[in-house]
Amino acid sequence: MASRGYQTAGARKKLSRGDEFRMSSVSQNFMKFFRSSSSPETTQAQNLQKLTRRSSGLGELSRNWESAEAMCVLDLGSTSPSNIRLFTERGHRIYSEDLLTASTDPDLVTKDEQGIDVLDSRKFLAENLVYPAAQFDVILCWNLPDYLDEGLVKPVVGRLWSVLKPGGMLLAFFHTRDAGPDSPCHRFHIVGPDTLEMQKIELRREARRAGAGANTISDGFQLQRVFNNRHIENLFRDFASIKFFLARDNIREVLVVR
Amino acid sequence: MSAPASGLAQLGKSVIIKGELSGSEDMYIDGKVDGSIMLKGNNLTVGPNGQVKASIEAKGVVVQGKLDGNVQASERVELRKSAVVNGDITTQRISIEEGAFFKGKVDIHRTDVATK
Repeated sequence: MASRGYQTAGARKKLSRGDEFRMSSVSQNFMKFFRSSSSPETTQAQNLQKLTRRSSGLGELSRNWESAEAMCVLDLGSTSPSNIRLFTERGHRIYSEDLLTASTDPDLVTKDEQGIDVLDSRKFLAENLVYPAAQFDVILCWNLPDYLDEGLVKPVVGRLWSVLKPGGMLLAFFHTRDAGPDSPCHRFHIVGPDTLEMQKIELRREARRAGAGANTISDGFQLQRVFNNRHIENLFRDFASIKFFLARDNIREVLVVR
Repeated sequence: MSAPASGLAQLGKSVIIKGELSGSEDMYIDGKVDGSIMLKGNNLTVGPNGQVKASIEAKGVVVQGKLDGNVQASERVELRKSAVVNGDITTQRISIEEGAFFKGKVDIHRTDVATK
């Protein structure tokens, strides 16, 4: 994992033990290889595990909130106590809205002209992202477009454009094609100016009971598509500028300015 | 504050209230409340079974259950891991446990700033 840019908190502690670490990781991987399915306890522990990663996009974005006063920030990921703490401690105002979970609302499902089940984007935007125009200085979009239902992506990005201030910045992450369809959806906690902790998202029980949407797998969200550079440029074509950062862990970071 | 302490005003699981709730003592709500809650200078706890749809004014607010509405706490707000909160929070200090769901705005009012 470390060679792909990830490092677990547990692994960091063990690194100092030298040989002991190498032996234990070899035996763990050996056992994992033979385990066809993991126990619920193991799965839960894996979900709670946090991976640390460097983020160049975050590094560039964080310079703004270190210097500016009383910014208005919108976090579109799963509720992150550390993000809320980080911004409120600096005197900024933070709004938290978990759009991915909101998209699992079964009431959003409707039929299109061919009778196929689709999500009603108008209803979705009537209930979510309801803010005055040009309200936010920063929007943390994280990996939302990769996991959001196809019919919601463009309308949501359009709404994000309108609620972002001119000159405001939006940070989004996209998987590259090498990531694979089983790439887990993560929640992002900011732990440093350019450092994130990633935690696998487990769907809340309510969302699972409701049957969730087409974009979910049993206990989490499924990668819906892989955007290439041209798709991303097209998605954010109304914005003033776009900057790409290609990371080693099959993630393309994008920082856009309205 | 996982269970109600003695000396608290308590609303049990089966209690349903619609309207304005006000008082001058700490309160523990494990039932349903629809309306508004005014406990200025006192603490409110929404228990794990609590379902509150109300605007809240209190000194401290602890949420373990469901809350739809804005919270104004003069001192502290705590969202426990089972909390599901939709609404804006204005307070001096906030703590949110891992696993809590929150949709809304957090506005921190600091006393040192307010007194200047």
